[in-house]
Amino acid sequence: MSNVLKIKKGVEQGANELLKFLLESEKVKGIFTLRKMNENGAVSYSLITHPKELQNAVPLFPLMPVNAGKILSGFTLKKAINEPIAAVLRSCELRAFIELIKRTQGSLENFLLISSTCGGVYPLKSLTDGTYKEQVSQYWESAKNAEISSDIRPTCAACEYFIPQQADMTIAIVGKNDLQQECSIFLNTKKGEEFTIGAPGNIVSEDIDTKETAKLREKRQEQKKKLFDELEKNGSGIKALVKTFAACLSCHGCSKACPICYCTLCDFDSKTHEYLPSSHEIELEQKGGIRLPPGTIFFHIGRMIHMVVSCVNCGMCSDVCPVNIPVSTIFSKVGDSLQKLFDYLPGKDIEEPVPFGTYKEEEFTEIGE
Amino acid sequence: MNDEYTPKIIGFLCNWCAYTGADLAGVSRIQITPSLRIIRVMCSGRIDPLFVLKGLLKGADGVMMMGCHPGDCHYQKGNYSARRRYVLLQKLFEDLGFESERIGLWWVSASEGPRYAKVSSEFSEEIKKLGPNPVREEIFI
Repeated sequence: MSNVLKIKKGVEQGANELLKFLLESEKVKGIFTLRKMNENGAVSYSLITHPKELQNAVPLFPLMPVNAGKILSGFTLKKAINEPIAAVLRSCELRAFIELIKRTQGSLENFLLISSTCGGVYPLKSLTDGTYKEQVSQYWESAKNAEISSDIRPTCAACEYFIPQQADMTIAIVGKNDLQQECSIFLNTKKGEEFTIGAPGNIVSEDIDTKETAKLREKRQEQKKKLFDELEKNGSGIKALVKTFAACLSCHGCSKACPICYCTLCDFDSKTHEYLPSSHEIELEQKGGIRLPPGTIFFHIGRMIHMVVSCVNCGMCSDVCPVNIPVSTIFSKVGDSLQKLFDYLPGKDIEEPVPFGTYKEEEFTEIGE
Repeated sequence: MNDEYTPKIIGFLCNWCAYTGADLAGVSRIQITPSLRIIRVMCSGRIDPLFVLKGLLKGADGVMMMGCHPGDCHYQKGNYSARRRYVLLQKLFEDLGFESERIGLWWVSASEGPRYAKVSSEFSEEIKKLGPNPVREEIFI
C-alpha cells in the first residue's frame, strides 16, 4: 500500500499539472521530459526550466525517440547535477540509467524520478508512414483495458517489467478505467511524498499491483513466449544467423542507439578490429572470398557478449535498423536466458553488481573438472 | 563423414599452470593429440570471450580454455573471471544454436602432465565425433 496523489484531471493533463506544480513551486529547477516538436507527432526529450515552456510538454506520449537513460547518463557523466531536476522516463529507460550508473557512467543525485506503468511505445517508423495519429488514439483505450496495443514495438508487447521499481513517483496508466477523469500518481518514496506537499490533489492509499496489471503481465508473458518461439522458425546455428543478418549494412546503428553501449570508442570500431587486406590473405586464398566490411556476425555476437546481461529490452536497436533486422528480439531472447542464469535483473537494484564484473568463489563448481 | 578430417582445436593455456602442465606432459614423453594448437596467455582471466568466438567463426573445430584450479590462480582471482566468462559463452552458444560442446574449460595444474594429455585427447575425440565446424562452409559471414 502506498500514498497516491489523485489529480482530478485526465491522466495526460494531470501529469502536466504535476510538472507545472513542481516547476512553479521551485521544488525543482527543471523538468526533463518529452516535448512536442511539431504537429506530426515528432517529440524530443528536453530539459525545461521555464514553466511557460511546459505547455508543449507531452510526458506520456507513446514514442521513444531515444532511450532517456542514455541521455541522463551523458548529462551526469562528469559530475552529478547540482540542482533538483524532475525526470519523466519509462521503466526500461530508468533501468538502463541504473545499469549505466553501475558502470560509473552517471549519477542519480538530485533527480526526482517520475515514471509510469508502461503501455509500450510505437516504432519510430509510425511517424513517417502516416499511422501515428490512429495508433496514438488507440493507445489509451488499450492501456485502460490492460490490453496490448496492436502495433507497439515487439519488445514492448513482450515486456513484463512495466511497473517501475526505482522511481520516486509512478503515474498509473495500465488498467485504470478512470484514465479520462483522474490522474493517479503513486508516491513510492519519501522523496516523492516530500516533493508533492501542496500539490493540487488529494492523497489516498492504494496498491499499484492490481488485478488488471496482473492480467496484462500474463498477456505480455504469453506474447514473449510467442515472440521467442517465432525466432526458432528460422532454424539455429550459423546458417540461421547468416540469413538473419543478410541485409546488415554494418552501420552499427543498433550499438549507437543502445543505452548500454556507452563506450566512447567501441571495440569493434577500434584498430583491434580494423580490416586490412593482409589479415585476410589466407582466408581469401582458402575460402575464395570475404564479405566486406568483414565481421558482420562477429560484431553482433561480440556486442551480445559485451552487453546482453544488461539488456533492458527497450527495442531501440530494432527501431533504428535501416533494414528491419529483428535485433531486439534476438538480444532479448539471449538476454533473458543469460540473466536467468546469473539470477540477475538489470536495473532492479543499484547495489547489485553486473554479473560480468564480479564472481563468487563457490559457484559453478562442476565446471573445469 | 569425411575420414580425412582431423579436427583443428585451439587451446588458450595459462602460463603458470596449464602451459607448464603441458610442458611437463611433453617432457614426460606422453602422447598428445596433434589436433591441439596451443596459445599461451599469462592467466586464464586474460582469455577474452571474443578470442573464443573469433576462433570458432574463423573455422576452428574446437576451442579449449585451461587455467589454474580455483583458489590457486597465480594472480589470485583471474580464473574466477574465466569461469564466469566460460559459463556465459556456453549458454550464449547454446541459445544461438552454435554447438556449445565445441568449447570447454579445464583446470590443469603445473604438475598434471597426464591430466593435460587426457583432457586434450578426450576433447579431441568429442570434436572428431561432432564433425567439422559448420562455419567452415559459410564464406560471407
